[in-house]
Amino acid sequence: MPETTDAPTLAGSSPAARAGAASRLWRIVGFVVLFAVALTLPFLLSNFRLFQFTLVFVYAIALLGLNILTGYNGQISLGHAAFYAVGAYTTAIMIDKWDVHYALTIPVAGVLCLVAGFLFGIPALRLEGLYLALATFALSLAVPQILKYFEHWTGGSQGIVLNKPAPPLGLPLTPDQWLYVLSLAILVVLFVLASNLLAGRTGRAIVAIRDNPIAAQAMGIHTALYKSLVFGVSAAYTGVAGALSAITIAFVAPDAFNVFLSITFLVGIVVGGLASISGAIFGAFFIQFVPNWAQDISKAAPWAIYGVFLIVFMYVMPRGIAGTLRLAWARLRSRSP
Amino acid sequence: MSTRSLTLALALLAGLAMAAAPALAQMPGVTATEIKIGNTNPYSGPASAYGTIGKVIAAYFKKVNEEGGINGRKVNFVTLDDGYSPPKTVEMVRRLVEQDQVALVFQTLGTPTNSAIHKYMNQQKVPHLFLATGATKWGDPKNFPWTMGFQPAYQTEAKIFASYVLKNVKDPKIGILYQNDDYGKDYLKGFKDGLGDAAKKLVVLEQTYEVTDPTVDSQIVNLKNSGANVFFNITIPKFAVQAIKKAHDIGWKPLHLLNNVSSSVDVVLKPAGLEASKDLITALYTKDPTDPQWKNDPGMKDWLAFMQKYYPEGNTKDGFNVYGYTVAQTLVHVLKQCGNDLSRDNIMKQAANIKDLSLPLLLPGIKINTSPTDFYPIEQQQLAKYDGERWALFGELYDASKK
Repeated sequence: MPETTDAPTLAGSSPAARAGAASRLWRIVGFVVLFAVALTLPFLLSNFRLFQFTLVFVYAIALLGLNILTGYNGQISLGHAAFYAVGAYTTAIMIDKWDVHYALTIPVAGVLCLVAGFLFGIPALRLEGLYLALATFALSLAVPQILKYFEHWTGGSQGIVLNKPAPPLGLPLTPDQWLYVLSLAILVVLFVLASNLLAGRTGRAIVAIRDNPIAAQAMGIHTALYKSLVFGVSAAYTGVAGALSAITIAFVAPDAFNVFLSITFLVGIVVGGLASISGAIFGAFFIQFVPNWAQDISKAAPWAIYGVFLIVFMYVMPRGIAGTLRLAWARLRSRSP
Repeated sequence: MSTRSLTLALALLAGLAMAAAPALAQMPGVTATEIKIGNTNPYSGPASAYGTIGKVIAAYFKKVNEEGGINGRKVNFVTLDDGYSPPKTVEMVRRLVEQDQVALVFQTLGTPTNSAIHKYMNQQKVPHLFLATGATKWGDPKNFPWTMGFQPAYQTEAKIFASYVLKNVKDPKIGILYQNDDYGKDYLKGFKDGLGDAAKKLVVLEQTYEVTDPTVDSQIVNLKNSGANVFFNITIPKFAVQAIKKAHDIGWKPLHLLNNVSSSVDVVLKPAGLEASKDLITALYTKDPTDPQWKNDPGMKDWLAFMQKYYPEGNTKDGFNVYGYTVAQTLVHVLKQCGNDLSRDNIMKQAANIKDLSLPLLLPGIKINTSPTDFYPIEQQQLAKYDGERWALFGELYDASKK
């Protein structure tokens, strides 16, 4: 199990408090700069690049969901493609069959996945580690076939074609620019929510369950409730990501939500950095762009190249990109007077 | 040269350049020396067996380029892996159209993958030509004027079988085995449409299987017990082998109709056993490279020479390599017909204006025809019976466009 956490800086003795405040200040400045850059990109990049970045944001939301479950709470899931699919299909069916406004479908997808995840989390309580991984793996295997079975709703393996939403209020944006801004906004909100959740009592309880479930229970944490709730929240994040992906790509089909997607998510959180909020963004960049680079390098064996990338990454940055950056930052600070 | 004639020549040149410049600007993906063509194929993932189609097409364009290109322009074939995943197809095709600025998108493979980009291609008004899928929906020029399929639609083929049964079998009792997805259901629909009102009475049992099933043995036993004397076998190669073998083993000898998807002699009939495969009936439109009757066929010989020179690692027993070669030839024909006007409008116009094109690896007599209202390039097929050695063609060419 990973030992890294984004534990909040403990406010206590004055030098530590000052360092903590400075670090927090730096962090806020960093985020503001990042956000400003992210907001100017839509006016600099082509629509195609914006589409790719929108996918990065979508993946980042899904990865954050999985990271809460696996990184912070220690439950391994190979089934998150299933929740992603439920989110995507909720949106697609609501828009296609009932003409619901796309923006309304996103919270519905999130809530539906919250419930589904919570319910799945209850039986999953009996399963630990690899056994849970296998049970969720089964979920991943089953969902594409179930989707094909309910053909009347899901369109079978033909899928459902959607329209790209136009920007609201007559904003002078292209659909791609609008979707970029929309998913960026949702990403920011969900990241702030997650960091608040994980920074407080709840976050410490979630991490304590991962590190030592018996000790956590002895401290009075309701392990079973927490674990199922975390499963639900994690699924909700992934469901929102799925809903956004359906809107962005304007198409859903069962073949897109296979086991490989679940594994891709797992790769994303490990490469990005387990138990790290910013890691989700780094991981999302990795799973979006590295397969494309691999293909540019070699058409004959893109996945072999991808594998090499992966091994090199894990060798050079065993704690993921976020972990490595944190380590580098800590070293830099300890050197300066 | 006098100053005057020099001035005249320069003026002429400038005029030509000015005349040419706007024309070129109207032709994305086209320069004086190059035409850029985009494609996606599943080089990885569950459908990677189809990847060879992209490779053989690339090899064919290499040959075309070595022989001087198309009207002096070299083909720059940009082919990307989509792993048969629709979201990846959307991303890759958007890259081809918006970033690489290809003149057209060609032979994108798969039904769900093409569904994902169908609307996009038509909104962008980029030719979306000769898709590698047998679904029926690709020939809809009214609603999707930028999209055109290629091979005979599954429903068309199934109708040929239906009319054969109605004409030749006395008191038919039909059993059907089909794959439980769009491909299987497309065939099933075409077959029942072909039978017409009699379908309910004639079809005595329908059985299905999932791609993930281990065998179809029990389905075959059920079909035999139903008393069917006609068996329509809608399966992909792996299950076709099992079905043919099992039917033979349990002594069931119906009129056995096998879909084109599994008609390869080497991949299906030989593993199933040549004795068991005798008297199977299928519908063909290309020459099977493993069928001995084409051994001395000049078209087949050219193809083998091409494979050896440009794609030596490719499998010369694989019908997909015949398919890719044929569809690449069709595109080259269209682009040649475009002449110097390679604007997207004209490419689409010429694609919808193929007249009686016969190609070396299509069955003798089969011709490709399209028109502004007919976006189904290949609509002819011929029935063939396996005589224990080769597919013996019989009857006349069936032409769906004339029905």
